[in-house]
Amino acid sequence: MKVDKSLPLEYSTEENSLKILGFWIFIGAEIMLFATLFASYFTLENRVGSGPSGAEIFEITPVLIETLLLLTSSFTIGLAIHAMRLNRTKATMTFFAITLLLGAAFLGVEIYEFMHYVHVGAGLQTSAFTAILLTTLGTHGLHVTFGLFWGLFILLQIKKRGLTPETANKSFIFSLYWHFLDVIWIFIFSFIYLKGMM
Amino acid sequence: MDFFDRFAVPHPSFLIYASMVGIGLTMLAIVLGITYFKKWGYLWREWITTVDHKRIGIMYLLSALLMLFRGGVDAIMMRYQLSVPENTFLDSQHYNEVFSTHGVVMILFMAMPFIIFFFNYVIPLQIGARDVAFPRLNALSFWLFFMGMGLFNISFIVGGSPDAGWTSYFPLAGNEFSASVGTNYYMIAIQIAGLGTLMTGINFITTILKMRAPGMTLMKMPMFTWSAFIANVIIVFAFPVLTVLLAMGTMDRLFGTNFFTTDNGGMDMLWANLFWVWGHPEVYILILPAFGIFSEIISTFARRNLYGYKSMVASMVVISLLSFVVWAHHFFTMGQGPLSNSIFSITTMAIAVPTGVKIFNWLFTLWKGKIEFTTPMLYSIMFIPLFTLGGVTGVMLAMSAADYQYHNTMFLVAHFHNVIIPGVVYAMLAGLTYYWPKIFGFMLNERLGKWTAWLMSIGFVLAFIPMYITGLDGQARRMYTYSESTGFGMWNMVSFIGAGVMAISFALLVYNIYWSIRYASRDIGDDPWDARSLEWATHTPVPEYNFAVTPQVDSTQAFWDSKKNGYELFQGKVEKIHMPNNSGLPFIMSCIFFVFGFAMVFSIWPLAIVSLIGILGCLAYRSFEQDHGRYISVEEIEETERKLRGAKK
Repeated sequence: MKVDKSLPLEYSTEENSLKILGFWIFIGAEIMLFATLFASYFTLENRVGSGPSGAEIFEITPVLIETLLLLTSSFTIGLAIHAMRLNRTKATMTFFAITLLLGAAFLGVEIYEFMHYVHVGAGLQTSAFTAILLTTLGTHGLHVTFGLFWGLFILLQIKKRGLTPETANKSFIFSLYWHFLDVIWIFIFSFIYLKGMM
Repeated sequence: MDFFDRFAVPHPSFLIYASMVGIGLTMLAIVLGITYFKKWGYLWREWITTVDHKRIGIMYLLSALLMLFRGGVDAIMMRYQLSVPENTFLDSQHYNEVFSTHGVVMILFMAMPFIIFFFNYVIPLQIGARDVAFPRLNALSFWLFFMGMGLFNISFIVGGSPDAGWTSYFPLAGNEFSASVGTNYYMIAIQIAGLGTLMTGINFITTILKMRAPGMTLMKMPMFTWSAFIANVIIVFAFPVLTVLLAMGTMDRLFGTNFFTTDNGGMDMLWANLFWVWGHPEVYILILPAFGIFSEIISTFARRNLYGYKSMVASMVVISLLSFVVWAHHFFTMGQGPLSNSIFSITTMAIAVPTGVKIFNWLFTLWKGKIEFTTPMLYSIMFIPLFTLGGVTGVMLAMSAADYQYHNTMFLVAHFHNVIIPGVVYAMLAGLTYYWPKIFGFMLNERLGKWTAWLMSIGFVLAFIPMYITGLDGQARRMYTYSESTGFGMWNMVSFIGAGVMAISFALLVYNIYWSIRYASRDIGDDPWDARSLEWATHTPVPEYNFAVTPQVDSTQAFWDSKKNGYELFQGKVEKIHMPNNSGLPFIMSCIFFVFGFAMVFSIWPLAIVSLIGILGCLAYRSFEQDHGRYISVEEIEETERKLRGAKK
């Protein structure tokens, strides 16, 4: 592996910079994925059939907690990457761990929220609206779940191997993914919850 | 339904039982043959675990040719069924299954792997790269595609084929009207293959952006690479729509959600809209690389630089943008109102403009060229008028007011095949003949090749022109029979004969391959066509590392310039080359995907959960794996180079 010392660690080999570009393109595909879900959501938003509408089931408190947790986690993963750039392994790992804990807490609240929806009679099969609501939220939630495992594996690798071009590259790509999930959440928060509650 | 009942074909016929026996015997023969010749190890080491873009390309090609045969058999069955009025060869259900699978197989499992074969084999060579950006992801793309294809193809002997058309419109594709597991196969098999395609898109965009030879700026890229680049951008933007759509369709069928039902708020038109948001760009994913291949072939055999390079690129960019804003022309007659119809009418017709630019560019390239009528060139020359005819009928269909007359008739079927066969299939066959010597080290027989091209064209005209006539006369598509009094009988018989001629042409292609393997000369050199772009600058057969020294590029036709103007392509000396290691993981993971897909189709939840954990386990394993590839030493490279030069003389 040729390592170019003049570049940040995560970009330092050719393979690394290819991977970062490839991941940006993958994010492009992910944007289309969520755009399709949002388009479907707006189409089916008012088609509640015999089930409840958004205004009837949305609760602001858990959603605010979720937003707070996820936005904070996006900040801490940024700090982790900053620490990585300063070559401080321990700080990187700490911020990584905090990010994952915040992510897990977010997921916990979301699971509570889903149980609440099912409890008030807004299950997956109730109406087109509930189906697309739970699918959109669920797709984001699955991404977070996937990210938790992925991040955990990277954390273990940093612990085992230290900050190498490879682990730095993986951490950086993971941070892109995590920020992206946050951006999607902002759309969910604004256009599903706030709009739905108005 | 009883557990085992679901695996039985719900609508059996003699043909299906005969196929079962045929498939069983073929599989047995293959397994016994490989065991007898002790080739399992070879197969595993050299092919199944390979990450070499050239070998992956060849595997795509084999899949595509196999599916061309399967889709072709479906086509012949349909034409035979319709060749005379009130035919009883197929019944209505069986006919539904045949046209549904014909569409899916031909587009997703024949045309797509065929273009991806060209992406894989040609692009790294054409841009002077050693490999694609992510070789292992490339292997995963192929195996996911392959497993999706396999899953789709077992549908007709295990559980029943999809029967709601290749567009699978709801509510027809819902559980109520499509009760067998056929449409589950559609949803899940295409999903798995589609994941592979999406990864291909990401891989090739990165490859083209980052791995071009020094000096090859974007505006010096060969036209095929340009067309592939744009097609891959469309893939990355269109395929996620399909992913979501198929996931929602799967949920409707398996979990009883209400996305596309007609009660509880469901909206069947949402399927149609989203399907075509993916489906219309999909046809440009196929046609743009085909245009790229024609551009390469036409400029090679007219012995001229491609006329209007910049306008060629610009027109493709415009086509790619327009491809996303025309989807609603697929349902002009479903009550979306005059404003929508007008807008989509205009955007649709607008696509004729950049396409026309390309046609004129090819004609101007031919003009004053020293044209050589080789087989690939013959296909390319036949393509121009035939494709233009299809384009003109496309503009006819784009007029929303007039569309009320011919929507859902054979006129549409004729139009679609009139663009896709001369456009895509001819390009595939032309490109196959053109690149064959580079891939396999010998040329296909030119005489047989020309017969194939002529028979293909004659068969094509006989098979599809009559459909315009019966279509305008009101023959609906997807109808399994018609009455004597309609008068469609004669034209449909002509169509059937045309389909037969096309089948003969395909058989001739197969015979040509067989003949050439046995008798064709192996002494053809590296550049038998006297071609213009970099893929011809390396040895035949292409060594694993493609180029011993990375080429330096100075113009759009770098290799041609190096031959004619004495420009030195390979500056610098041989250095050790980094190559990726083979890996069995893509294959194993895709096999688990196959099991997962199968479990989902039949709602066997424990197996689905276990295999899902298996897939995630593979990803976890990959995350911890450390594999930095290996180096090919300078001595090894020089040894290989000497041997290859010796072979060429």
